[in-house]
Amino acid sequence: MTTRRRPRPARVAANLAGLVVAAFAVFPVFWMISTSVKPNREIFSATPRPLPAHPTLEHYRDVLAGELIPGVGFPRFLANSALVAGATVLLSGLIALLAATAVARYRFRLRTSFLVMLLVVQMIPLEALVIPLFLMIRRLGLYNTLPSLILVYLGFSLPFAVWMLRGFVAAVPKDLEEAAAIDGANRFQVFWRILLPLVAPGLVATSIFSFITAWNELIFALTFISTENRYTAPVALTFFFGRDDTAWGAVMAASTLLTLPVMIFFVVVQRRMVTGLTAGAVKG
Amino acid sequence: MSTLTGVPETVEAGERAVRVRRPRRRPDRIPYLLLLPCLAVIGVLLLWPLGQVVVMSFHQLGIRELRGDREWPWVGLGNYGEILGDPFFRTVLRNTVLFAAANVVLTMILGTLVGLLLNRLGRRMAAFVGGCVMLAWATPALTGAIVWKWLFDDTSGLVTWAFNELPDGLSRALFGRTDWTGYGWFNSPLTFFGVLTLVVVWHSFPFVAVSVLAGLRSVPGELYEAARADGAGSWRIFWKITFPLLRPVFGVLVVLSTIWDFKVFTQQFVLAGGTQDRSTFMLAIYSYAVAFSPPPKYGVGSAIAVILTVILLVVTAIYVRMVLRQEES
Repeated sequence: MTTRRRPRPARVAANLAGLVVAAFAVFPVFWMISTSVKPNREIFSATPRPLPAHPTLEHYRDVLAGELIPGVGFPRFLANSALVAGATVLLSGLIALLAATAVARYRFRLRTSFLVMLLVVQMIPLEALVIPLFLMIRRLGLYNTLPSLILVYLGFSLPFAVWMLRGFVAAVPKDLEEAAAIDGANRFQVFWRILLPLVAPGLVATSIFSFITAWNELIFALTFISTENRYTAPVALTFFFGRDDTAWGAVMAASTLLTLPVMIFFVVVQRRMVTGLTAGAVKG
Repeated sequence: MSTLTGVPETVEAGERAVRVRRPRRRPDRIPYLLLLPCLAVIGVLLLWPLGQVVVMSFHQLGIRELRGDREWPWVGLGNYGEILGDPFFRTVLRNTVLFAAANVVLTMILGTLVGLLLNRLGRRMAAFVGGCVMLAWATPALTGAIVWKWLFDDTSGLVTWAFNELPDGLSRALFGRTDWTGYGWFNSPLTFFGVLTLVVVWHSFPFVAVSVLAGLRSVPGELYEAARADGAGSWRIFWKITFPLLRPVFGVLVVLSTIWDFKVFTQQFVLAGGTQDRSTFMLAIYSYAVAFSPPPKYGVGSAIAVILTVILLVVTAIYVRMVLRQEES
C-alpha cells in the first residue's frame, strides 16, 4: 500500500526485522522436524546442529511400527483421532449447513437472538464444562467410548461452523434458487442441486475448522477415555511420550505426524478464520 | 407460535420484538425446523452443562455421589466458602490474573508490531514472513508446547545449551551460575511462567498480527501520505491515525486474547507434566485437578469453574456489545 519508495536503510531494517520474526515463528516447528530426523547421538550431542548430519527415519519407524502397549501402536491412536474428527466434521457440517441456511435465507423473529446466542456460546470456557459433561457422558453410558468425544466436539465446533457458513450461504445469489423453484424444483431439490454445490467451498473451509478442533483437543479426550487402546493421538502423545523424557526423537516424530495434517489444512482456511473470528471488526 | 416449543429459554429471553413483514404468506416454519438440530446440540452440549456446573457447585459431589443413585447433599455456598477461605485460592487467582494480563499485553504488542511490519514489507517479503508466522499459529497447542519443552530440556535442550555457551563471566554476572545443565526451568514458578508466557505468546501473536494487518489494509493510504507530508513520525502516525481507526479491531483482539489467556490449559498441562505442581496452578487447571485428582471433589471443582466462567462472561459481554455495534454500523 505504500506507493513511495522508502529510503534504503529503512527498508533493510524492515526486512531484517521481518527475518527475525519469521525465524522466531518458525524455529520451534523447524526444530521439531529436524529433531525427528536426527539419530539419537546427534539429538543428545553436546554441540547441537541445526540440521542432521546423518538424517534418519528411524524415529518414524519406531513410532509407526513400535508397540506402545502390547499389540497397539501409534497408528491406532492416529486412527482413533481421525475417526473422531471425521465423524465430528460430518455431523457438524450437516447441522451447521441447515442452521446457516435458516439464518442466511429466512427472516424470522428469533433470528437476531439466535445470532447473539451463537456469539455468546462460543465464549463459554469449555474448560469449565469438563465436570458436567463428564457426568452427563457417564449417565448416558458413553464413558470410555469414542462417540462421547464425537458428541462433545460436535458441540464445541458447531457454533463457529454456523457463524462461518452463514456468510457462504448468503453469498449464493437467491435468484438461482428462485429460478429453480419456478422451473418446478421442490425445496429439497433446490437445496441439493443448487445451494449445496455452490456452498461446497465454504463447507470445506468450515469442515477443516471442525476437524482441527477435534483433532487437537486434549482435556476431554484425557478425561473421557480410560482404556489405553481407545486413546486419541494427543492423549497417547502426552501419556506415552510425556512420561519418558529421554526419547525426544520419537516424541518429535509423533508430534510431527500430529502437526502436519493440521498445518496443511490450516493454510487452506487461514483467511476465513481471521474474518470469522473478528466478525465484522475489519471492513473491506 | 407452536414451532417454538423446542427452543431453549435463553433464546427467547433475548428476543426483541422485531416483526418482519412477510406479505401474502403465513409465518414460515421452515427456518425453525432447520435450526432445530443446531439448537438441540447447543442446548444439550453447551447450555445445559453450563447450568449444570452451577447446580453442581452447590452440592457435595464425590466419587460416592457419582456412583450411587442417592441424592447429592446440598451444601449451598459451602464450596465457595471453602475455596474463597483458602489462601491457596488467592495464589491461584493472582497467578491467573497476572499471567493473563502479561500475556495479553505482550501478545498485543508483539502482534501489532508484526502487523505493522508486514504492512511495510514488500509484497514477496510480506508473503514469506506472513507464511512463517502462520505456521506458529497452525501448530496445535499440544505439539507446540511439547517442542518448547524439548527446547528447554535440562540436559540436551537447545536453550540449556545456549546458556551454557554464554561466556562464564557474563553468565555469572547476570544469573549467578555458569553451568545450566540440570537447571529446572519448570521447577520454580517464576521460570515456569516465563516459559509458559513464551509458549502462549508464540502461539497467539500471529492471530493478532494477521488481524491488525487486515485492518491496516483497509485504511486509505492518502491519510498516511498527508500525515507524513506534515512531518509526522511513525510513533505519532500510529497513535493519531492507525490506532483510532483500528480501535474496534484492537478492542475485539484484546477481548479475545483475554478470554483465551484466562483459560490456558493444554500448554500448562504439558509444561508442568500433569496436574501435580500446585505452585503454578491457574483457575482452569486448578478446577480440573480438584475435580479429577483423587479424591475427586466435583462440587468444589465446579465452583472454581463457575468463578472462571463468571470472570469470562463479563469479558464476553463487552465483546458481544462491541461486535453488535460494529455489525450495526
